[in-house]
Amino acid sequence: MRHLLSTADLAREDAIRILDTAEDMAEVSSREVKKLPTLRGRTVVNLFFEDSTRTRMSFEVAAKRLSADVINFSAKGSSVSKGESLKDTAQTLAAMGIDGVVVRHGASGAAHTLAHAGWIDAHVVNAGDGTHEHPTQALLDAFTIRRRLHGAASRGRDLDGIRVTIVGDVLHSRVARSNLWLLRTLGARVRFVAPATLLPTAVGDWPAEVGYDLDAAIDAAPEVVMMLRIQSERMHDTFFPGEREYAREWGLDDARLSRLPKTTMVMHPGPMNRGLEISSAAADDPRSTILEQVANGVSVRMSVLYHLLAGPEGDAE
Amino acid sequence: MTHDSAQHGVTLVRGAALLGGGAADLWIRDGVFVEPADRADLTVDAAGLVALPGLVDLHTHLREPGYEQSETVLTGTRAAASGGYTAVFAMANTLPVQDTAGVVEQVAALGRSAGYATVRPIGAVTVGLKGERLAEIGAMASSRARVRVFSDDGMCVADPLLMRRALEYVTTFDGVVAQHAQDPRLTVGAQMNEGERSARLGLAGWPAVAEESIIARDVLLAEHVGARLHVCHVSTAGSVDVVRWAKSRGIQVTAEVTPHHLLLTEALAESYDPRYKVNPPLRTQEDVEALRRGLADGTIDIVATDHAPHPAEAKECAWGEAANGMVGLESALAVVQQAMVATGLLDWADVARVMSSRPAEIGRLDGYADPLAVGAPAHLTLHDPAAGRTFATTDLHGRSANSPYLGIELPGRVVHVWHAGRRTVADAALLAPEEVAP
Repeated sequence: MRHLLSTADLAREDAIRILDTAEDMAEVSSREVKKLPTLRGRTVVNLFFEDSTRTRMSFEVAAKRLSADVINFSAKGSSVSKGESLKDTAQTLAAMGIDGVVVRHGASGAAHTLAHAGWIDAHVVNAGDGTHEHPTQALLDAFTIRRRLHGAASRGRDLDGIRVTIVGDVLHSRVARSNLWLLRTLGARVRFVAPATLLPTAVGDWPAEVGYDLDAAIDAAPEVVMMLRIQSERMHDTFFPGEREYAREWGLDDARLSRLPKTTMVMHPGPMNRGLEISSAAADDPRSTILEQVANGVSVRMSVLYHLLAGPEGDAE
Repeated sequence: MTHDSAQHGVTLVRGAALLGGGAADLWIRDGVFVEPADRADLTVDAAGLVALPGLVDLHTHLREPGYEQSETVLTGTRAAASGGYTAVFAMANTLPVQDTAGVVEQVAALGRSAGYATVRPIGAVTVGLKGERLAEIGAMASSRARVRVFSDDGMCVADPLLMRRALEYVTTFDGVVAQHAQDPRLTVGAQMNEGERSARLGLAGWPAVAEESIIARDVLLAEHVGARLHVCHVSTAGSVDVVRWAKSRGIQVTAEVTPHHLLLTEALAESYDPRYKVNPPLRTQEDVEALRRGLADGTIDIVATDHAPHPAEAKECAWGEAANGMVGLESALAVVQQAMVATGLLDWADVARVMSSRPAEIGRLDGYADPLAVGAPAHLTLHDPAAGRTFATTDLHGRSANSPYLGIELPGRVVHVWHAGRRTVADAALLAPEEVAP
């Protein structure tokens, strides 16, 4: 693997290999000295054109636990805000001999362009590009699901037959896209639940079941319910009438929580709008994996950086 | 100033296949086709070449004034000549906008002094292309630029009342409104054709209905007020159906398709390479096939390039940040050969119609009604359909290189071009400005 840009082109063996290595990384993170020498002498840049403190911190911790040198580059207050282009930034990093670039960008395909335009030779990790993909989020979600299901016996397993219901703004969600492709690759079944305005018009061509009725989806007792964040600007663009109606129809409220099986996982990529797409009780319920997702994010990102930057394949090209 | 002697005297073009038919000789003198003479000052061997009338592009962006880093009238008409064109209609989205007599006269004059092609400016429909109030359409029509085509291209005349008024008002001057059919509200932030692919790539969709609904509205308005309507760059199968229906009702509507919509599909967006970002966007294979059929059966009248030069920095970025548009003058004839002639949908006489006489008729440009006829202005393009090439930046002669065909094998080659009897391309090489300028 040279880059991680999308889960759509991630082979099953590669995905499972990343998840298995993440298990090893999780062990490192539980030690007193949480550090491996693996990426000593390598430099990783967190290139964030869009603000995301959580994701950036997760990547930073991951790289540091592998002993990489980490540089954080945020667009705000940098030359980017003075009009410097992605190309110029990339060429600047190339001139500095950077080994890996973790990129978050508001434009879909920016990570792909960075990897393929010939501006820089480094390994590229997509940390979220527009409304396209967020592959490490999907990997950490899959890791979280697998761990809850199989615990210490997780290594080598896929998610065959697991039913995952993803609720909310699928249209604009890079998390939903990356999860769909990865979950399918790992054998899970995906169901989207949302108002029709927040589903792509061509969603019928995707390998997912689609429904509008959250109550019916809850009563189908899926193994996982994943709630997506609703952004307030969607309301102003008339995707739905207002917060109250959205919460009533598509929010995971206490009543719906109570109808979920005790074993169903409640997931959310964060940051949450408590009281809108998810109630506080649901977020804090034992079924919620939200804090595990954060912890697992570090392990999964360590694994991704390891596979891209450390192995013989990483050195190739 | 000395001119190439080839620009004067009697020229004999020997043995060209006229409109792809039988081989015959053409004689040129004093800028027009003439009866055979006793002797020629210059003889051009045209055996194996197809003689076409000089091509006419109803939809070109020359960018001057205002965006000279992308193109100028000189560089854009050089690109045109190299592609076999002898006339271009220059879109109004310059800076300042071509919405006054002064600006359109300036653009026309720049074209005359360059000499590579006749430049007919298109006038803006509304002041500053803002879609608020009518531009000085009458002043532009009666100016020395004799504007007959009015368009806010790049922007849609979205307000239905303003569109009605524009259609009615241009009728006064035998003009036509060329509509960029794009409902602005249905295409906010749009990046590519809306469908499964746009959803997967995370690029905001540009739905076909945003084009089709405006065309449907406009043909009904044109019918109601008895005006002429021209539809720019039709890109969807549904649009072809709407235009076909309108023509069957006797509505005075004409339509154009670009070469790229006849050949390329949205699949190219998978690369996120902004060279493939264009407005309207590349559509599906089904749309491409419907457009080809529409052009073949006359529903779509003409091919127009929508030549849209952009500097490198406008395309060397993420897709969502890139400018819309492709250069097209240099590659149009080759693409039409591949998409329409090689497929048997058009013959060369049809190509002459859709790329020369019909666009001239829509734009009220004289001199193209009787292609290659004695007495007509000598606008002539000799095309070698048997030649082929890997299209490269050396084939581009404008100021910008944002072509989607670079590195692709394209058939045919423009070998010689005369604009009003003066050579602009000889032996597949573009003549220098001082050889072409009058």
